[in-house]
Amino acid sequence: MENLRLLFDSPVLSVQLLIDGVLIGAIFALAAYGMALVWGVMGLINVAQGELVMLGGYAAFYLYRARIHPLFGIPLAAAAMFCFGWLLYRLVIFRIVEKDLFISILATFGLSILLQQLANTLFGADVRTAESGFGTLFLFGGAVTVAEIKLISFAAALVTGVFLIQFLRRSRMGQAIRATAQNARAARVMGVDTQRVYAWTFGLNAAICGASGALVAMTWVVHPYLGLPYTVRAFMIVIVAGLGNVTAVLATALGLGAAENFAGFIFGAEYQAAFVFGLLVAILVWRRFWLARERRYLQ
Amino acid sequence: MPKRISRTHLVASGGVALLLALAFAAVAEATGDEIVLGAAVSLTGKYSVNGKNTKDGYDLAVERINELGGVKVAGKPYKLKVTYYDDESTPARAAQLTERLISQDGVKFMLGAYGSGLTKAMAPVTEKYKVPHVEGNSAARELFTQGYKYLFAVLSTSDYYLRDAVNLAADVAKEHRKDPKTVKLAMAFENDPFSLDVRDGVLEDAKKYGMKVLIDDKLPPEINDMAATLTKVRAVKPDVLIVSGHEKGAALVVRQTGEMKIDVPMMASTHCDSARIAETMPRLAEGFLCASQWDRHLSYKDRWFGSADDYANRFEKRFNYPAPYQAAESTASVLVYADAFARAGSLDPEKVRDAIASTDMMTMYGPIKFDTTGKNTAKPMVLYQVQGGEYKVVAPKKWAQTKLVWPRKLSQ
Repeated sequence: MENLRLLFDSPVLSVQLLIDGVLIGAIFALAAYGMALVWGVMGLINVAQGELVMLGGYAAFYLYRARIHPLFGIPLAAAAMFCFGWLLYRLVIFRIVEKDLFISILATFGLSILLQQLANTLFGADVRTAESGFGTLFLFGGAVTVAEIKLISFAAALVTGVFLIQFLRRSRMGQAIRATAQNARAARVMGVDTQRVYAWTFGLNAAICGASGALVAMTWVVHPYLGLPYTVRAFMIVIVAGLGNVTAVLATALGLGAAENFAGFIFGAEYQAAFVFGLLVAILVWRRFWLARERRYLQ
Repeated sequence: MPKRISRTHLVASGGVALLLALAFAAVAEATGDEIVLGAAVSLTGKYSVNGKNTKDGYDLAVERINELGGVKVAGKPYKLKVTYYDDESTPARAAQLTERLISQDGVKFMLGAYGSGLTKAMAPVTEKYKVPHVEGNSAARELFTQGYKYLFAVLSTSDYYLRDAVNLAADVAKEHRKDPKTVKLAMAFENDPFSLDVRDGVLEDAKKYGMKVLIDDKLPPEINDMAATLTKVRAVKPDVLIVSGHEKGAALVVRQTGEMKIDVPMMASTHCDSARIAETMPRLAEGFLCASQWDRHLSYKDRWFGSADDYANRFEKRFNYPAPYQAAESTASVLVYADAFARAGSLDPEKVRDAIASTDMMTMYGPIKFDTTGKNTAKPMVLYQVQGGEYKVVAPKKWAQTKLVWPRKLSQ
C-alpha cells in the first residue's frame, strides 16, 4: 500500500513505469511475432524461442566486440540468425512439422536444452553485455529517464511489425506462406514448395528473435540461460492476441510490459511474474465468457 | 578340439590374472606414498567457469605442496593427488559422484564442489561415510546449521557478504556527525538461498544500528530487468542501495542505475568482480562497492605460496588468467588438508577430521580457524570500491588500500 501511495503522490512515477513497461514490451513483441508466425504457419509451438533470442544476443555481443556499430549489429545479428534458423529447419524442425503438437513441444524443448548447453560450452557461463553507446533522454526535468536504446527497441518492434505485415501481404514468398498456413496440402497441389516455405518461415522467426536478442544484449545482459522468460511471455502474448494478427500481438506485448512493470512496483519484484500469470488466467477466463456471449447473440 | 581350447583358455586366463596382480601391486604401491583427495567439480553446465577456477585452485595447491616435498605424516613423506569427476553443475550428480569416489575409488578425503546447492547434496554422503569434506566454494549459512561433523568451509558464510556495507554506511554517518539510525536502506535480493542469506546478514546489522529499510524487493531468479525496483529507488531516495543477484544482478544494477541515472550515495553488490563490471562498464560502475572473499592486495602470507600477491602471480603464470577468489579459496582448502595431515600424524579419517577441527593457521587466503559448526570464523570479507575503473580494497580498514569515496559520483 505504501507503494501505491507513492504512486499517487508523484504521478510522474507512473509515467516512468509506463514508458519503461511499454518499451520492455516491445522486445517481448518481437519474440511473440516469431512465435505467432511459426505457430500459425507450421502448427508448431516453438519452446526454443527464448534460446533463439539468447543466440541473437550473443551474435550482437560478438559483433560489438568486433567494433561494429549496434545500428548495424542488430540487422547483422538478425541476418546471422536467419541462416541459423534455416539450418535448424533443415536439420531438425522439418521432421516435426505437421506432426502432433505434443511432439513439436517435446522436440523443441529438447532443442532448447541443447542450445542452452551448447551456448554454455561455446560462450561460457559469464554474464555479458554489449554497449550500444546510446545515452539517456531526460523528460519532466530529469524526473523521467528513457534509455535511447529502449526507444530503438520500440522502433524496431514497430518497423518489424510493419515489415512483417507488408511481407506477408505483398511478396511472393509472403503469399506462399499464407497459402501454406491456410492449407498446406492444397498449397502443395498448387505447386508451392512447402518445405521451402517452412524453412523461410522458421528462418524469419529466428531472424526476428535474433533482432530482439541483440536489443536484449544492449539493454540488459546476455547469458546462456536467459531464454525461458522470453519463451513464456511470447507464448502468453500469442495466446491472448491470437495467431493471425500482428497488431494485436504488438498491442498485447506493450500492455503486458506495462502491466508487469506496474505490478513489480506495487507488489514488489517477487510478485511480478505471479501477477503476469494471474493476468493470463483472468484474460482467458474473461475471453471464454465473452466468446460464449457472442455465440449467444449469433443464435 | 575342446581340449586345445581349454588349454589356450587356461594360459590366457593365467596371463590375465598375472597382469591383474601386477596392476594391483602397482596401484597399491602408488597409493603407498600418495594421498588421494577426491573432488567432484563442475567442468560442464552453468557453473563451468567457477568449476574450472576451483579445479585450477586445487591443482596449483597440489603441485606446490608436492614441489616442496609433499606432506610428512608420522615421518613419512607423501605426495598429494586429486581424483576429479565432472558433476555437470547438478546436485544429484555431485552426490552420486561423491558416493562413487568414496565407495568405489576408496577416497578417504573429499574436497568441495563449487556452489552451495551442490555441497548441500554432497554433505550428507560424506557425513554417512564419515569422510572429512573441506570446501572453499559454498557459503550458504544453512550448510552449518545441520550439525554436520565432517564438513568444513574455509570461506566466510554468505550472511557476511554485505554486512560490511552496512557498517561502512554507519561509519560514514558518524563521520558526518549523524546518527546511523538516520541511514535509509534500499535492498533488492534475488530469491535464491545465497542472496537470501546475504539479506539476513544485512538485515541483522541494519537492525543493530536501527536503520530504516525503505525497499526490500526480492528479485525472481529469472529476472532480466530491474526497472520497477529502480523507479522505486529513485522515488524514495535511500542512502544505501544493496543488491545481490550473482553476476547477473551485479551487471544489471550497474547498467540500469547508469541508464536511469539513479543517484544513491552508496551502492553495494555481490559478485561484481566476477561480473567484470569495472572492466566492461568502467564509467557506470565507478564508486560501486563489491563484496569479495579475498583479494591479492591483502597482507596475508603462508609458507607454501608467500604473500597473497605471490600466489596471484604464480597462479597467473600457470593458468594464464588472473587469480579469482574462487581459486584462492580452493587452494586454501587443500592447504587445510596438508596442515591437518601433518598434525594428525596419521591417515585415519577420524584423526584427520579432529586435526582439521582444531586448525588454526594463516594462509595467503587469510586466517583459518573453524568454529564448532565447521565454518571459518577467523577471516573477514573485503569490500572493494571501483575507483578509476579498478577495484580498490576500502574495507575492512585494517587491510584497506585506499579510502572510501563518498558520496559516489554519478557519471555524466
